[in-house]
Amino acid sequence: MTAPTTPLLVVDDLRTVFHTARGAVRAVDGVSFTVARGETLGLVGESGSGKSVLGRTVMGLIATGATTTVTGSVLLDGQDVHGLSRGRRRRLWGPEVAMVFQDPMTSLNPVKRVGTHLTETLRRHLDCSRAEARDRAVDLLRQVGIPEPARRLRQYPHELSGGMRQRVVIAIALACDPRLLIADEPTTALDVTVQQQILDLLGSLVEERSMAMVLVSHDLGAVAGRTDRVQVMYAGRTVESGRTRDVFAAPRHPYTEALLASIPQLDAPPHTVLRAIEGTPPDMARPPAGCRFAPRCAVRHDDCAGAMPALVPLSMPLSVGSPAASYDREVACHHPTTSAAFAAPGGPDGR
Amino acid sequence: MLRRLLISTLELVAVLFLVSLGVFLLLSLVPGDPAVALLGEGRTPQEYEAMREQLGLNQPLLSRYGDWLGGVLTGDLGTSLVPPQTEVLDRILSALPVSLELAVLGLVMALVIALPLAMWSAYHQGGRADRVISAATFGLLSMPSFLLGIVLIAVLVNALGIFPRNEWVRLGDGIGGNLQHAFLPALTIALMEAAMFTRILRNDLVTTLNEDYILAARARGMSPLRIMVSDALRPSSFSLVTILGLSIGRLVGSTVIVEYLFALPGMGKLVIDAANQGNYPVVQGAVLVIALIYVASNRLIDGSYGYLDPRTRRARA
Repeated sequence: MTAPTTPLLVVDDLRTVFHTARGAVRAVDGVSFTVARGETLGLVGESGSGKSVLGRTVMGLIATGATTTVTGSVLLDGQDVHGLSRGRRRRLWGPEVAMVFQDPMTSLNPVKRVGTHLTETLRRHLDCSRAEARDRAVDLLRQVGIPEPARRLRQYPHELSGGMRQRVVIAIALACDPRLLIADEPTTALDVTVQQQILDLLGSLVEERSMAMVLVSHDLGAVAGRTDRVQVMYAGRTVESGRTRDVFAAPRHPYTEALLASIPQLDAPPHTVLRAIEGTPPDMARPPAGCRFAPRCAVRHDDCAGAMPALVPLSMPLSVGSPAASYDREVACHHPTTSAAFAAPGGPDGR
Repeated sequence: MLRRLLISTLELVAVLFLVSLGVFLLLSLVPGDPAVALLGEGRTPQEYEAMREQLGLNQPLLSRYGDWLGGVLTGDLGTSLVPPQTEVLDRILSALPVSLELAVLGLVMALVIALPLAMWSAYHQGGRADRVISAATFGLLSMPSFLLGIVLIAVLVNALGIFPRNEWVRLGDGIGGNLQHAFLPALTIALMEAAMFTRILRNDLVTTLNEDYILAARARGMSPLRIMVSDALRPSSFSLVTILGLSIGRLVGSTVIVEYLFALPGMGKLVIDAANQGNYPVVQGAVLVIALIYVASNRLIDGSYGYLDPRTRRARA
């Protein structure tokens, strides 16, 4: 793969604030990251940690408006997504960046044929005739592993199973060959057996097309084997980031550690109590002072509620055998855990 | 398919029978004596009595209904009791086109007004345009239709002289003159209906616009107008289409006030005049036709749900 010097996506100090009747809700509160061309980034966190809003803000689907303020910047291939006019931004959605949504039951229009979803997208962005668009649509459905694609085109979404629908959603996202794919919890609404298939499909498509992907998920298992880097979100902020392998092998933030510990283990003896994280993410209209995870943190110190910990680079531990220059690891914690105190369950895969 | 057709035909017959019987019984309760209407005021009771006898009004109620029903079943709607003593069918055939034209024109105009307003309003939900449109439609709905008609006449006919004041021109006598006369009464109807349509459609659109598939359509780079028309409108139009079906039937029979205001020889005027005179064959005939239109337009609407939402198709087959 060629490696151009500039990353595909540069997100800098992004903040998304919703002005509601209860006050300002800071759903995304100062998040920065970069995604290189062809790289896969996992955005992990519980429900309510701001991952989905972050994904939508990165794409520009959520932008400054009557009840929303977005600050910071998103550079997609050098273009400032939030600085563009609405019309110009819409032209990015499809050929530059596309999104796979969480629930294929609701993200396809029930009164539109599967084919119409695809062809209208193709014809919106690419200069092609009706027949060309149809041929391409058949081809796309075949690429996402849908049998009898020509017949499926004429069907309505309700005539397809959940897994098939999510394949259609993926085909739509791929229609105009985007450089970046944002997959927002793409398997959450699916059967467990289908989840694996969809994740494998996404993985192979991303690889084939050397497309970059941001995989938003609360499922660490989904992120573990399929992403190059991972960014753990809590209460609208990044708490830890690094190469997936490194983070899962040796989490440094107590939240990451707790998330990993809460994955059920197949080899655990029967009736082992699941280790869940106590409490719920904070109300983002009234976030706690200091470290936002402090109220739920098992290893909290007295100073944790004082100042908000900044995201700082970590030095390479001896146990991880990667070259120092590419270690690329950050954590936002006053008292990062040492990996010795915690044995990652199930090995480096985190499963 | 054949079974469904048979069932709906039976339903139609049952509805028409019940409606005609109900109206017949109601008519016997209201004042209005064809004998008085025929002979005029100031005759002796004997003369009125003789006339009633002659018209068959002294027969028992149910036997009169039976006679009328027998006629209808052989295709004879009877003749008017009151001059002009013409065939009821002819009276209806001359009034119905006026009402139908008014209803169709009014509804088309209402949709032309309501669709863009509702879409605009829903797109700017909670904004100034939405609030202004909401207030305006609410104002229109609370206004009695005669007031709106009078205002329109006062402004457009009397003050500005844009529209003519003279007699109704039949569609057959020149479409230009006909439309010129039909425009104002149709507009009066359209404004009222449009107010209702706008509110109903706007609310359904607001709900639809929160659906995931609208966000997904945005994420595919579709323009707001395209999303509105191609993604949001169809799933949002169930209530509107249902109301539309009811409106057709309602407008054919009960635009009396508008018909009087604009001196239109329509169905509403026909029924009211006949009912005041106890001229039951005319009332019965007209009600039958109105009920038929009501049922037919609602059948049509039922059929359109399958088009609006493919998910309902298999279930209905």
